Amino acid sequence: MLRYILRRIFLMIFVVLGVSFVVFFVINLAPGDVLSKIAPEDATLEEVEALRVELGLDRPIMFRYLDYMKGFVKGDLGKSYITGDDVFKTYMAKLPATLKLAFASIFVSILISIPLGIMAAKNRGSWKDNVSMVAALLGLSMPNFWLGLLLILLFSLKLGWFPTGGAIGFKSLILPAITVGTGLAALLTRTVRSSMLEVIRQDYLRTARAKGVKEKIVINKHAFKNALIPTITIAGTQLTRVLGGAVITETIFAWPGVGRLILDAVYSRDVTMITGCIILKSITISIILLIVDLLYAAVDPRIRAQFAKGGK
Amino acid sequence: MSKENLILEIENLVVNYELEAETVRAVNGISLSLEKGKIVGLVGETGAGKTTTALSILKLIPDPPGIIKNGNISVDGQDIIHASIEEMEVIRGKDVSMIFQDPMTSLNPVFTVGDQIAESIEIHEKISRNEAFKRAGEMLEMVGIPASRATEYPHQFSGGMKQRVVIAIALACNPKLIIADEPTTALDVTIQAQVLSLIKDLIEKNNASMLLITHDLGIVAEICDEVAVMYAGRIVEKGTLEDIFNNTKHPYTEGLFNSLPNIDDRNAILKPIKGLMPDPTNLPRGCSFAPRCDYCTDICEIQPENRMISHTHSVACSAYENPEFSIVRGSK
Amino acid sequence: MDNHRSKHKSIRTEKETSRQHRNELWYRFKKNKGAMLGLFIIVFLVLVALSADFLLDYKTDVIGQNLKERLQSPSLTHLFGTDELGRDLFFRVIYGARFSISIGVISVSIGLITGTFFGAIAGYFGGYIEEVIMRITDIMSAIPSILLAIAIVTALGASTLNLMIAVGVASIPEFVRITRASVLMVRNQEFIEAARALGVKEWKIIISHVLPNALAPIIVQTTLTTGSSIISASGLSFLGLGVPAPAPEWGSLLSAGRKFIRGYAYLTLFPGMAIMFTVLAFNLMGDGLRDVLDPKLKQ
Repeated sequence: MLRYILRRIFLMIFVVLGVSFVVFFVINLAPGDVLSKIAPEDATLEEVEALRVELGLDRPIMFRYLDYMKGFVKGDLGKSYITGDDVFKTYMAKLPATLKLAFASIFVSILISIPLGIMAAKNRGSWKDNVSMVAALLGLSMPNFWLGLLLILLFSLKLGWFPTGGAIGFKSLILPAITVGTGLAALLTRTVRSSMLEVIRQDYLRTARAKGVKEKIVINKHAFKNALIPTITIAGTQLTRVLGGAVITETIFAWPGVGRLILDAVYSRDVTMITGCIILKSITISIILLIVDLLYAAVDPRIRAQFAKGGK
Repeated sequence: MSKENLILEIENLVVNYELEAETVRAVNGISLSLEKGKIVGLVGETGAGKTTTALSILKLIPDPPGIIKNGNISVDGQDIIHASIEEMEVIRGKDVSMIFQDPMTSLNPVFTVGDQIAESIEIHEKISRNEAFKRAGEMLEMVGIPASRATEYPHQFSGGMKQRVVIAIALACNPKLIIADEPTTALDVTIQAQVLSLIKDLIEKNNASMLLITHDLGIVAEICDEVAVMYAGRIVEKGTLEDIFNNTKHPYTEGLFNSLPNIDDRNAILKPIKGLMPDPTNLPRGCSFAPRCDYCTDICEIQPENRMISHTHSVACSAYENPEFSIVRGSK
Repeated sequence: MDNHRSKHKSIRTEKETSRQHRNELWYRFKKNKGAMLGLFIIVFLVLVALSADFLLDYKTDVIGQNLKERLQSPSLTHLFGTDELGRDLFFRVIYGARFSISIGVISVSIGLITGTFFGAIAGYFGGYIEEVIMRITDIMSAIPSILLAIAIVTALGASTLNLMIAVGVASIPEFVRITRASVLMVRNQEFIEAARALGVKEWKIIISHVLPNALAPIIVQTTLTTGSSIISASGLSFLGLGVPAPAPEWGSLLSAGRKFIRGYAYLTLFPGMAIMFTVLAFNLMGDGLRDVLDPKLKQ
């Protein structure tokens, strides 16, 4: 197990290096010149050039990348061109809000998807199944920024139950969490259903029934624990997308997380901030994915055995 | 043969699988009884309805599409057909338990074998989880697996070992009746004998009864007291081991014996039964075996009735309307 | 001579069976109500998108301002109402189909062509090449696709073309994965061995034998990705990083309508519905195709 974790961390370092390389190059090859944005309006050409040298922007991109990575290993991702804030510190300050939203969304989606998926599989072909599947399809097809707006329209403006945005208290978390959670819930419902359908036909459920296990326990314990394995895999692979999608949700609800930080940086062309935040966000997600993988091993003894042997 | 002495009584059981386009007539009115302490073999080809019969006893027929259309089943005097699901959950595992055919798929891959054995004990004997787990260890020892392996998962066991675990699960609560559905078919030949003698010993030790489902006449000869031969959802011949093996009456039973290689006379030509089992969605009128039967006459258009040859031996073949009739093997 | 003829015959029967197979697939697809509904909506949208230029005059109907009729609620004259500059929202949503459909199709084509190319190479050749391609794919998919798209738009600037590139590039990794997986499955089958034994060139084997047989999951993925690409693209436009105003891209319409959400909710309602139904159509069709092409998955 330890060997597996170490291997995964090693792979993660490799991915992080790759991510930083890709992001740094994509953004810094931008044709638009940052200097036009940050130099004072009345700066002369010489002053702009002086600023360029001061920021080190006159050097070839490869050297700049190496410098960047030297800082990176020390946790120094540079300072914002616009505000002068330290990128790493700013990111870390905004991260808790984003994580809070992410976990709340995952919680919401699990709350919806597991009972719904099990019910749909158990009553396959019935109206319950059909309604859940149509709902899941709608959930998958609905852009979450639109869903967010609809929720604001209904629950904030019409009913006045929740604030339209901000991050004051628990109440302000609910609408954003539902917004992000719905897409994931839709996906998970479908996954839970299809893996339950796969599991429900298995012989070992018959064995459990033959022992006198109650039907409810046969489904919720014996079948579900098996169905959980593919569900976690899918949830893991989709997590990146869901957490990425939170960028827009954060904007809509004025949620003070990383997503908004990145967008504000994009609007002001704050290149160091964008680069740093995208890299850090990718690392955050990789760490979460690693945790998901370990969870996977906790559920499936066969995989655990593989780890124990020191294999993949 | 008094009723109190019967652990299992099946009367005129009819089970269909009703699919969208067609109805599979899996079991077509079988009657079978099992005395306490006896081992009865239910023999027949794949698709004869043996497993369906077995699952009916525990009401585990997949529904839909399976439906018990008719008949009575009682286990030790308890009515099964009209029992509620809750009542069945008490009977299953405690009074009647089942050993399944394929040990590879019969165990839940995500629970330890100890947990899977203990679960049954925990449900029926209302004891704590720890105690149940300890008992599970003892059960493992009983089937010849060290108790220390209780914390391992099914994928860590070989096929034969898994089947021992399945047996341990089935016997965990000392059931009165055990239904073993081809318990050795999925195992290597060398393991088959071990598992078989294990089952037999444990049944004797627990003073239980067993319905053994198999297609293997060798196994039947080895451990059964009585035999029922099943064909296309019906029992065609029933009797003691002696009746069936040495006084074969039904042409189908004869066919089964003729399909076996004869070790004493290796020059003897194998005589497989010609043709195939009829399609259970479209059974022929009258005797289902008639299309494959060498002795078939016009009379076989009528559904044959059960006739008693002796007080233990019965056969469902219309050819015996003619008192002169005898099959080749029986006459030897 | 004899040999030649028999070869000919076998080719013909192969063609016949493949036609039969196609007919059966089409039959199964037709029976799938959801998939047919999806197909119907898609065909309808494509027709709308193609004819929008004939039906509407872009200068007057779509971006022409008419301040006298600003912010009017939906009515018979203005089915979806008018926006803050008096533009008819119905016309703008209709015209917007052009953007969403073309962005969806073009960005997916970018992802599909690049992704299948590298995926097929990785799956077919294996070894060192595969390792390199898959590690790059890992890296790319570690960046959430919307952030990757944001990075690309930041670099290239906000425009329709750049939006297509950004969304398309972000969908590459998934295509690489799926193509590689299905090529791997096909690669080791005997007819590939046979083709190789006959001395057919490797690239020809890939194009004429491996890819067609690995096609099913790729087709499904293409359909589903078109839906999610339309969401991503309208999301970026919503953020002001996509199609620039005054073009009536649905995401931009939503973003403009959002400012008037108090009191003029219809401005957010209709563009969002347009996006949802379009994506729904692609999802319905994708699900249907999956059921048809891979009956095992349905069960």
